[in-house]
Amino acid sequence: MVQSSKRSPLTWLVHATVLFLVVIWTIPTAGLFISSIRDKDQLSVSGWWTALSTSEQRMVTRVTVPKKPLQEDGLYVLTGNVFEDNKQGIVTRFGDSSLRPSEFESGKVAELKRELTLTVLANGDYKMTSPKAFSSRGKRIFYTAEIPPRFTLDNYREVLGSEGLGKSFLNSLTVTIPATIIPILVAAFAAYALAWMQFPGKALFIAAVVGLLVVPLQMSLIPLLRSYNFIGDIFGVGSKGYLGVWLAHMGFGLPLAIYLLRNYIAGLPREIIESARVDGATDFDIFRKIVLPLSFPALASFAIFQFLWVWNDLLIAMVFLGNNPDELVLTGRLRELLGSRGGNWEILTASAFITIIVPLCVFFGLQRFLVRGLLTGSVK
Amino acid sequence: MGQLASALVIVIVGVLGCACYFYGSNFLLDKLLPSKNKPYDVVARNLRIAGYIRPWLFLGPAFLALGFYLVYPVVESFRLSFFGRSGEVFVGLSNYAWLFNSDEFYQAFKNNMLWLIVVPTAATFFGLIIAVMTDRIWWGNIAKSLIFMPMAISFIGASVIWKFIYDFRSGDDPQIGLLNAVVVFFGGDPQPWITLPFWNNFFLMVILVWIQTGFAMVILSAALRGIPDETVEAAVLDGANGFQIFYKIMVPQIWGTIAVVWTTITILVLKVFDIVLAMTNGQWGTQVLANEMFDWMFRGGGDFGRGAVVAIVIMVLVVPIMVWNIRRANAEMEGR
Repeated sequence: MVQSSKRSPLTWLVHATVLFLVVIWTIPTAGLFISSIRDKDQLSVSGWWTALSTSEQRMVTRVTVPKKPLQEDGLYVLTGNVFEDNKQGIVTRFGDSSLRPSEFESGKVAELKRELTLTVLANGDYKMTSPKAFSSRGKRIFYTAEIPPRFTLDNYREVLGSEGLGKSFLNSLTVTIPATIIPILVAAFAAYALAWMQFPGKALFIAAVVGLLVVPLQMSLIPLLRSYNFIGDIFGVGSKGYLGVWLAHMGFGLPLAIYLLRNYIAGLPREIIESARVDGATDFDIFRKIVLPLSFPALASFAIFQFLWVWNDLLIAMVFLGNNPDELVLTGRLRELLGSRGGNWEILTASAFITIIVPLCVFFGLQRFLVRGLLTGSVK
Repeated sequence: MGQLASALVIVIVGVLGCACYFYGSNFLLDKLLPSKNKPYDVVARNLRIAGYIRPWLFLGPAFLALGFYLVYPVVESFRLSFFGRSGEVFVGLSNYAWLFNSDEFYQAFKNNMLWLIVVPTAATFFGLIIAVMTDRIWWGNIAKSLIFMPMAISFIGASVIWKFIYDFRSGDDPQIGLLNAVVVFFGGDPQPWITLPFWNNFFLMVILVWIQTGFAMVILSAALRGIPDETVEAAVLDGANGFQIFYKIMVPQIWGTIAVVWTTITILVLKVFDIVLAMTNGQWGTQVLANEMFDWMFRGGGDFGRGAVVAIVIMVLVVPIMVWNIRRANAEMEGR
């Protein structure tokens, strides 16, 4: 690229614009991740960009009345801490009624009805006194506290366990691994035949593969659903299951696989293959010993595509795998949670992050192959 | 864990099965039509026949899978579009008649057209300017990598990410959605973005643009690198400024690639369904064809006839691009 001078205003403008775009493109994902490790009470009242600042929260707790009443100077006494669990914070104001939840300043002794007194200290310790014994149901204390930022893995613990994402993760792996590996083999043989063997109808077959590349999945769903039901009836098995999903993903992935691999294999040096033929090697030997090892980059490219596509797929899993909670893959589970836990952002953000973490690792780890695959697939 | 083990067993069985098929069938062919230690004419004949058969052994599994999963369904969908709910009663053109009188379909069709105009245009445009700019700065590769990243995220994951950004709290509660927080910061009123009539379509499109820009950027960036330096240098010598170089020298040389990117994203847009399903499920006037089709597959026990008709519409929209792709591929092979 030709540049007149390094410090021209245009260069600065380019830096600023790219930075701006990068920020816009990454902020959504960053927000999701930060939210997923925030405390759920903080997450629901403040934006994730405030995650590092102290937040003011209005909360309520119910005092616990001990079995054995405690007495001090002829008064019944109750003590405890408003921060029940391990949360830390500074209480600024408190009160005893929901109408005036911040009536008193922390540290003051509040005179309440029926000669009750209540004190809440800044560190959350409270003390309640009364001339009569406390009823077993404790009073409520309302308080306003400044809660320091708090990060936790509780959200992940919850979604992996009780929300069933752990099981879905396994289901996703179960769907993805075979559906990624098996098509490669089938496609590689076909690609070799289309690249280096002569037979009538070859041009037509290649044209068909190119055409099938863009056939929308939607066209296939209804006929396949009917075929699967039909086949399931014949063999007396359910029409939904892993085998059907694996094969469906193979079928839908094949056009791209054959196209990518054929482009690559056809580009291998003719001399290598010709000289092997002259030496008496059969096509099968040539394929196995020469073409397959040489096409590793193309195989890797396609494997990444197929992996991302299968892992991220929702439609095929929904139609061909069934919607029982035990059978949902990650994408299906996430969709279900969007419906049932729509407002619980701590659940949704953690679940979404678990769903996207594997593809993101694959993406950053193997980006080189992915880019190469995209380029052979589209530019040629 | 047992499940994962069985998946691994399936991988091994599947791969071994494939290997056995290819190995076994080729072995059998060599045994049946031996090409060694025979008279010349027999060898020649055997080699010729084997040469006819072998490609089909290689192509067999792929041929069957493509046939069953893609070719047959296209034909069958077309047939089903003339049949009733369960696909058994012939109803002539009544599904098509329903389609053209259905407001729901018009809504979906109109929205799809909007998607087709906005998403490929925006993604290609952003992809192009990012590709041009990142080529000139030292941290360009990092920037590219980050902008490319959303491509790895599922549509449904992206929907959750953006739904969080569009989150809306009524009243004076602090907004936890980024967009509304920004609006409030600049003194505006928070809005329930995904239920705003008409404009909500654009908020859904943003998600797909966010995902696809990286794809456009990668392809266009490679194409830009393929531009001969001399053309740019000549323009500089003639006194062209940066923008003139971009519009008059670079863009015309990569028109072909821009068209490829554009059509690839167009195809994707036609198929997009997860985003609409997750964000609105077609409510508030955001229905699109792919979601409408999915809807009819299962609504009230499923109406295969109407579902098939909607699928046919999507297919018809794809056909021009398909024809263009095939012609391009053919021209390329002749040029090889």
